[in-house]
Amino acid sequence: MEIGLNHYLVLSAILFAIGLIGVMRRKNLLMLFFATEILLNSVNISFAAISHYYGDLTGQMFAFFVIAIAASEVAVGLGLLIVWHKSHNNIDLEQMSTMRG
Amino acid sequence: MELFLYVALFSPLVGSLFAALFTAKPKTIITGIIPSTLLVVSFLSSSVLLGHVLSTGESVHVELMTWISTGHLHIPFGFVVDQVSVTMMMVVTIVSSVVHVYAIGYMDHDKGFNRFFAWLSAFVFSMLILVMSDNYAGLFIGWEGVGLCSWGLIGFWFHKESASWAANEAFIMNRIADLGMLIGIFLVYWNTGTLQYDGAFEAFKTLDNSTLTMIGIFLFIGAMGKSAQFPLHTWLADAMEGPTPVSALIHAATMVTAGVYLVVRSNELYSLIPDVGLFIASLGTFVAMFAASMALVNRDIKRVIAYSTLSQLGYMFAAAGLGAYWVALFHLMAHAFFKALLFLGAGNVMHAMDSELDPFKMGGLGKVMKGSMIMMTLASVALAGLFPLAGFFSKDVILEAAFAEHHFIIYTVLLLTAGLTAFYSFRIIALIFHGEERYKLFGFHPHEAYKFMLVAMSPLLILAVIAGAFRTTFFSMVEEILSATEYHIHSHVTFWMMTIGTQLFVILAIAYAYKKYMSRDIKLPDGTSDMENSFKYKLLINQYYIPYFYENYLVKPYRGLSKVFWKEIDQKVVDASVDGIAKVIYTTGDTTRAMQSGNLSTMLKWMVTGIVVLLSLAVVFGLAARHSDGLRVVLSGLGV
Repeated sequence: MEIGLNHYLVLSAILFAIGLIGVMRRKNLLMLFFATEILLNSVNISFAAISHYYGDLTGQMFAFFVIAIAASEVAVGLGLLIVWHKSHNNIDLEQMSTMRG
Repeated sequence: MELFLYVALFSPLVGSLFAALFTAKPKTIITGIIPSTLLVVSFLSSSVLLGHVLSTGESVHVELMTWISTGHLHIPFGFVVDQVSVTMMMVVTIVSSVVHVYAIGYMDHDKGFNRFFAWLSAFVFSMLILVMSDNYAGLFIGWEGVGLCSWGLIGFWFHKESASWAANEAFIMNRIADLGMLIGIFLVYWNTGTLQYDGAFEAFKTLDNSTLTMIGIFLFIGAMGKSAQFPLHTWLADAMEGPTPVSALIHAATMVTAGVYLVVRSNELYSLIPDVGLFIASLGTFVAMFAASMALVNRDIKRVIAYSTLSQLGYMFAAAGLGAYWVALFHLMAHAFFKALLFLGAGNVMHAMDSELDPFKMGGLGKVMKGSMIMMTLASVALAGLFPLAGFFSKDVILEAAFAEHHFIIYTVLLLTAGLTAFYSFRIIALIFHGEERYKLFGFHPHEAYKFMLVAMSPLLILAVIAGAFRTTFFSMVEEILSATEYHIHSHVTFWMMTIGTQLFVILAIAYAYKKYMSRDIKLPDGTSDMENSFKYKLLINQYYIPYFYENYLVKPYRGLSKVFWKEIDQKVVDASVDGIAKVIYTTGDTTRAMQSGNLSTMLKWMVTGIVVLLSLAVVFGLAARHSDGLRVVLSGLGV
């Protein structure tokens, strides 16, 4: 069986769904970051696959940008997380509700 | 000459602003003196302008600045001093100077002394704008300005319910008429493309008769309001709630004559439409008689004089309507002098009698108030039109004009009115100054007014006596711009018979008034005598039930209608819909604020929901756009 574009797109969709569910369900901040990484990378798969399919490198370039941004996001996010953990001694989302309306 | 024009126009404004600085302060005599001085300055400048116009026959025309310039509409702040406006300027500045000086004494004990002068000078400024403007828009600004100042001055003692009511009545009635006037001005602009007098008058000659008639009628509606002609006359008598100097200046000499001025100023329009002119003359004649009849029985000296003003305005309109514009203007001038004098005299009497206005409670005041008595008597003689005082010359020409134009009904009615005028004027003179000293019964201690008040009144007295001498000069001056017809009765015999007959009639009326009201058995009317219970008396004392009619058949239904609109439409529809929108937003906010729990997972869930909703909408709309033709068929099949 030839592995075609559709397979990549389906994989990407499945990963995106997993990431989305993770973002919604996880209560641990660290796990939330993992879920967002899954989301971003599922998109990267689509970019790379479609780029290859059309023979256009723009999509792959874009994927690199996404990786760079994801890395910086995690760097900032983890920094904040450590600070939060130091002051509150937990990383539970349920506890972070000071911005109640 | 421009300098004199600006000085004449703006010095009252400076005086008004100066007095306005002190309105919150307690009385200072300086706020009376400075505006009065500035008015005298204005008067002197007007005299210089009069001299210029008289000697050269040229008018002074200036353009201060552009006011409105948009598209084809160009309205400058332009002022013109020609034969007509200089006459008005002289009348306004003389009477207002006198009244200002007089008011320093009259308002002596009033808490609102400073405020009074601010309003009074502002009035003079507006009046000068009105008469000096060279276009209808400027005239309208002055027109509204005098209306506003009149409102402020009628309601000067605003703590009195009746005064503030009268002020509002005057203001609202004038607004009704001003709507007509505005429509007239719009019509002028639409049909001629300009509001400048020169351009508009030039263009009127090419317009068709029906358009001109419309313009003439609508402008005259404005004049009817300001000059208190029937059926908008009720405000003038109620306006007597204001201080007496105000009545003298605004409600006798100047503002109420603005309507006459408008007709005289637009003479080139009205001479093209003689039918409207005849209507104006008939209405004027009717008002002359109508107002005089109400003055016969009234028991309030200021109201009697107010009705007499109304009646004299009727005379002026009769003259203007018949095309005798210069006669109307001449009567306006003469009337301003003797009527202001009469009012100021009445002010002295009121002052002496602690604001009592019922002449039946006075009597015999002549012994203590000789100066006021002489002045009021002479003013009444002038008003009655006896030779050789001012009223004789001006009123006689109106009668002659009516006769020469073969309007014999108008002539007869005006002649009868002259008799009535003489009777009611001397009725109050006799009741106030002669006969038994009835005031002693009521415990009054009358005293003559301050000397300087009498001195201030004397220029008016002199003018009321000699104004008739100016007739020829006046005629030769205004004939430059007003259609100048000398009214000659063809046969000398008729002329002398008419003049002497009129004089005799008037003298008889005066004698009858003296005889009837000087008798010793004049009593305070208590509603028991036959006369007071007669239908005629009741009709007249209730002003033909017109105020009653307005109150019950116009004001009350209108108030009821307003209440319905307020309760049913404003509250239930307008307010409800506006409140409804606010309420929807409030409730949505209230219910959705629970979403902002501060919990990150919940918010993320909402975010995802939002994305899903937006995406599905995008898909739906995308599909709909792609299959729009098919959808249209389906929808029309469903009958949508």
